[in-house]
Amino acid sequence: MQHKTIERLQQTAFRVRKHIIRMSTDGGCFTGASLSATDVIVYLYAEFLNVTQETLNDPNRDYLFLSKGHDVPALYGTFVELGWLAADRLQHHLSAGDHLYWHPNVNIPGIEFHSGSLGHLPSVALGVALDCKLRGTDNKVVCILGDGELNEGSVWEAVLVANAYQLDNLLFLVDRNFFQANMPTEELIPLEPLTDKFTAFGAAVKRVDGHDFTALDEALSTFPFQTGKLNVLIADTRRGKGLPSIEARADRWFCNFTHDEVDELLGELHGSAKATLESETLVVR
Amino acid sequence: MNYEQLLTQTALADDRYVVMTAENRALVRNMPTTLGRRFIDTGITEQCMIGAAAGLALRGRIPVVHALAAFLSMRAYEFIRTDVGIGNLPVKLSSFIPGFLSDGNGPTHQAIEDVALMRGIPNMQVFCPADEQDLLAMLPTIWASSTPSYVRINTRPAAYQHEQPFEIGKAEVVSRGTDVTILVYGMLFEQALVAAHQLRDAGQSVGLINMRSLKPVDEQAILEAAATAQVLVTVEDHFLTGGLYSIVAETLLKHRTTARVVPFALKERWYKPARLNEVLQYEGFTGSQLADRIAEQLTESLTSL
Repeated sequence: MQHKTIERLQQTAFRVRKHIIRMSTDGGCFTGASLSATDVIVYLYAEFLNVTQETLNDPNRDYLFLSKGHDVPALYGTFVELGWLAADRLQHHLSAGDHLYWHPNVNIPGIEFHSGSLGHLPSVALGVALDCKLRGTDNKVVCILGDGELNEGSVWEAVLVANAYQLDNLLFLVDRNFFQANMPTEELIPLEPLTDKFTAFGAAVKRVDGHDFTALDEALSTFPFQTGKLNVLIADTRRGKGLPSIEARADRWFCNFTHDEVDELLGELHGSAKATLESETLVVR
Repeated sequence: MNYEQLLTQTALADDRYVVMTAENRALVRNMPTTLGRRFIDTGITEQCMIGAAAGLALRGRIPVVHALAAFLSMRAYEFIRTDVGIGNLPVKLSSFIPGFLSDGNGPTHQAIEDVALMRGIPNMQVFCPADEQDLLAMLPTIWASSTPSYVRINTRPAAYQHEQPFEIGKAEVVSRGTDVTILVYGMLFEQALVAAHQLRDAGQSVGLINMRSLKPVDEQAILEAAATAQVLVTVEDHFLTGGLYSIVAETLLKHRTTARVVPFALKERWYKPARLNEVLQYEGFTGSQLADRIAEQLTESLTSL
């Protein structure tokens, strides 16, 4: 991957993170979970998925399903950068006059399906991938999952069935930020060795640093990983990535900051000192 | 023509149809051969099957999905509600052995809250055919519609020649009566028919309505029956809560009218598992038992005058 491409991706991701931080007030959003998924989402739309604003309804487009729906600020931020969503609409977050709330809905162009209840979209994406196989088209179908989401049994049903139907056009991308709602995953429901688990279920698995565009590019350049197998990419990430004051903290999943704190955090993103946060940490699950 | 032949014919004529099952092949035994790759068996994964059906529907398919009623309506409930319901996708649910039809399986397999659950989902339509003839008459319309639907599959042979063509939201008024009108759906129609004959033989004027379409429901048929008959009786292999008795109550209330309505349903308990004829006998739902129970109510009705 060329140096200037990496630089461009980094700049885009930087702007998406700013959008997320700005959405983390006046009601707030799942800031920590959105910041961890930002780089993979930016990468997928910029480099991997064959979809544009003109082809959003084209049956031959590639699909992205956000099963971990609470990180939708990262997706909306990306849509703004792609030019699919007017930037000022982000200011309507949680307004009854618009469609932007804590989980995705299909009124926003680019959202393929609503989500929020965990463990659903692996099966929905599987149905789409299965239809692409039936019709002999070469669409790629990506489903982004949270690691906490892997607690849901329906995820593993979908892995088994995808394997049975040899859906090598389907990619389950795990945002492995090592936290679920209130706890580190390994302290609540341990997932490791995660690669082995997916491999044992019949998938072709790769694992990379989910904040390293070169690594993401190398891993996905060989898609499908193996003919006839479900693709699983485990992207190791950090909750709250980009903001050291909230990074990798169990209590910074959902955040509702004051306007001053948002300004401080934007400064922190730009490299200033760590923000002093007085807003209470929130337990929403 | 049986269920499988009708589905095969429908699917072969229109390649939007895919047939899915969570390894419940009783109704679709030959379809792997006849339909090839458009027959999709996801194994014992009701949730995954419904999610995948939603995905297939997003791509323009019409999935007709099969599973045992209890697991389809409850194991996969949130997937039906969230993926199919919110998405308002044309996923067609074929619910096998609902109500008393799970006879000897025991309470794990008894779907006797399915009507309540399914009609609680916006956009979902609910149909309960009286027998195989009724079932086959309604399926083409249901499958061709653009909405999600839940059908209590009933392939028992018809004891009655249904003449009124099926229409979504319309009941089949078999007879009208001034003493009592029996409102019934599904496999108990056959018993209600026997009960109606028996009551007529005893000199009563008896109405009988095959409800068929529970959502949307035929409000007019309910209101007319309430206006005509002294007593309405609802007969269902379902919990008392949320089924036909509730639908009738809601309808009367909505139209600011009232009636004496006597429910025959399962009250706060599962039914005794046994061979079907013994289930009916034990639970008091044979035609003759129903007639006796209704006659008692009519006597009470007279004495209270």
